[in-house]
Amino acid sequence: MAVSEKAMEQKDFTNKPLCLSGRGVTKVFGMGDKKTVAVDHVDFDFHEGEFVSIVGESGSGKTTLSKMLLGLSNATEGEILFQGKPRDISNGKKKKEYWKGIQAIFQDPFSSFNTFHKIDSVLLDCINMRGGKNLSKEEKTAMMTEACSFVNLKFAELTNKYPFELSGGQMQRLMIARIFLMKPKILLADEPTSMVDACSRATILDMLLNLRDEIGMTVIFITHDIGLAYYISDTVYIMEHGKFVEYGKADEVILEPKAAYTKRLISDVPKIHEEWDLSTVDLLTEK
Amino acid sequence: MKNTLRQVFHSPKFVGGFVIFAAILLLMIIYPLINPGDPLEMIGVNTFAKPGTYVSLYDATKAKYEPMRLADAEDKRLDAYLSAEDRVAMVEWFDLAGIDISNLDIEDTDALMDMWNDNYDPAFKVKGMTKAKVNYFRRLDNSIQQLQSADVIVLADTNEETGELEETGQVSKTDYVNVNSVVNVKFLPLGTDNFGRDVFKELVSAIGTSMLIGLLAGSVATLIGLTLGLLAGYVGGVVDDIIMFVTNVFTVIPSFVLLILITYSISQDQRGAAVVGGVIGLTSWTWTTRSVRSQVISLRNRDHVNLSKLSGHSLVRIVLTDILPYIASYVVMAFILQVSSGILAEAQLSMLGLGPKMTEVPTLGLMMNWAMLYSAHTNGSWWAYFPVILTIALISFSLNLMNTGLDQVFNPTLRD
Repeated sequence: MAVSEKAMEQKDFTNKPLCLSGRGVTKVFGMGDKKTVAVDHVDFDFHEGEFVSIVGESGSGKTTLSKMLLGLSNATEGEILFQGKPRDISNGKKKKEYWKGIQAIFQDPFSSFNTFHKIDSVLLDCINMRGGKNLSKEEKTAMMTEACSFVNLKFAELTNKYPFELSGGQMQRLMIARIFLMKPKILLADEPTSMVDACSRATILDMLLNLRDEIGMTVIFITHDIGLAYYISDTVYIMEHGKFVEYGKADEVILEPKAAYTKRLISDVPKIHEEWDLSTVDLLTEK
Repeated sequence: MKNTLRQVFHSPKFVGGFVIFAAILLLMIIYPLINPGDPLEMIGVNTFAKPGTYVSLYDATKAKYEPMRLADAEDKRLDAYLSAEDRVAMVEWFDLAGIDISNLDIEDTDALMDMWNDNYDPAFKVKGMTKAKVNYFRRLDNSIQQLQSADVIVLADTNEETGELEETGQVSKTDYVNVNSVVNVKFLPLGTDNFGRDVFKELVSAIGTSMLIGLLAGSVATLIGLTLGLLAGYVGGVVDDIIMFVTNVFTVIPSFVLLILITYSISQDQRGAAVVGGVIGLTSWTWTTRSVRSQVISLRNRDHVNLSKLSGHSLVRIVLTDILPYIASYVVMAFILQVSSGILAEAQLSMLGLGPKMTEVPTLGLMMNWAMLYSAHTNGSWWAYFPVILTIALISFSLNLMNTGLDQVFNPTLRD
């Protein structure tokens, strides 16, 4: 199924069980005069199987929020609920348990892998984490081969290679293979396509959508590209200066934007058959 | 890995340093095999014998003589035996006797001897010359005549029955002995030191001990610095605050003062090479801690570390496999510098008399200390201290050269 066809069938997710939600989540860096509020009291509800996009420009706090959602950094204030219950990641064991449920794909595939570890060990880690430690070598290889073929990679060609021997697109696909093995409840994709070319981008997005259907997981897709968000997501959250200025179904938010910021984001997208509206850019520079 | 090694060995600086260091190491390993024995054995009875080949006089007289007529032998002999003092006295006499000495070269033995033979007259009296001075010139003439005469040296032995000296042989000026046929010949490339010990043998053994001290100091310092730096940088928070507080305290106190105080408080007989190496390491870890910490801080938020966390790896495993390999090249460089400064610190300590105890093994610092205590520098025995200085300089030069070479390979901003 192609990317554009996916966008057609947007469903209503409000009745589905909650997967990840936040109440007043805040992150403050620094103290006193140098205080920076990166994320400012945001509330959100992500449902099971939903494809959510968080859209905003650079510095709007998207990545900070994603770090908090992943449990890689602590929220200054507020509460994050995982499957309806307050999230508890107070010690290493609980964190490990939480990470079985939430996984991520990062922006830069070239820095996402440890250059000293072979591809096999990256995939084996996932199998081990899913409790497959005692499986036989053949079973593990079969699982890795299956995961690789899901993302159109050949495991036989990858085994004993290092991640840096692959192209950026291949690395990002390997990341998706990781997710395929992990089968988490939530996938947090932080601009996974911004560092790869347009062809690989469509492939990667398609794979993400397929994977969503296969595992039935929630995808939180962080991007600065509102056009992309419109095509692939069910729900869109627009983020400006650490706050959600608008959210709702993708169609509603993007076709009938209410917030000024959303309108500006939409007008900033270059269009093929019309003259590019740069008026908002002028407004910005005059400020 | 293979690629990195190839790159490293393409750096001319690293290769230069490596060759010098390897040469010193090879000397250290091979020489004791050729010339085994205790490096602190006192072979000389007197102090500070000059570098050179020593031939046993006794064995030389027993060896087979080969008469030779070498044209320049007599000249050489005169040249060597006519002391500078005698030459000055000869010129003084010419001056007193009113002979023109304006064209006389005091170094020209031939001309000096000719003039002396032509002019000296024991009966000649200079007005106002003391009796003692007159006798002095007579004795001088006597010894000069003896030098010129074709005498032989008579070898005599006591007859066991009669108790009288009996001539057993003669050594004439034309007799030569092949050095190879003399049973006891000792080659001392750097002479002997104040205790009559072979300096070269001592030096080779000292290089080994000093390297060991440097290696130990470097290992201890790098291990402490690395552990604390990794902990402070990766764990952060209160752990970081505590470690950085301790590190800052140690950074502010000059480490050499600390080193002197600690070694001073350990008694001489407990201060072995290992103890000194350990103490040097214990006082020089601070900079490694600081720089490792700052590198770890920049690494800990990288995506590959986050991915490793998400894969459920433990803290220890993340530090060992996701952080350590990325700073390994830096740690190796820091280690090399620590070894180099460890060797220097030992030399400094020993110069102050706070180094390892003197009775067990020689170290580079101890050799300098001995040379200084027995004033080798004032009595012209350069061989007792200059080779040591040169060795210390070469070792730290080669280590620093290797370090710079490595830095150029691992630090892209320094590549030309």
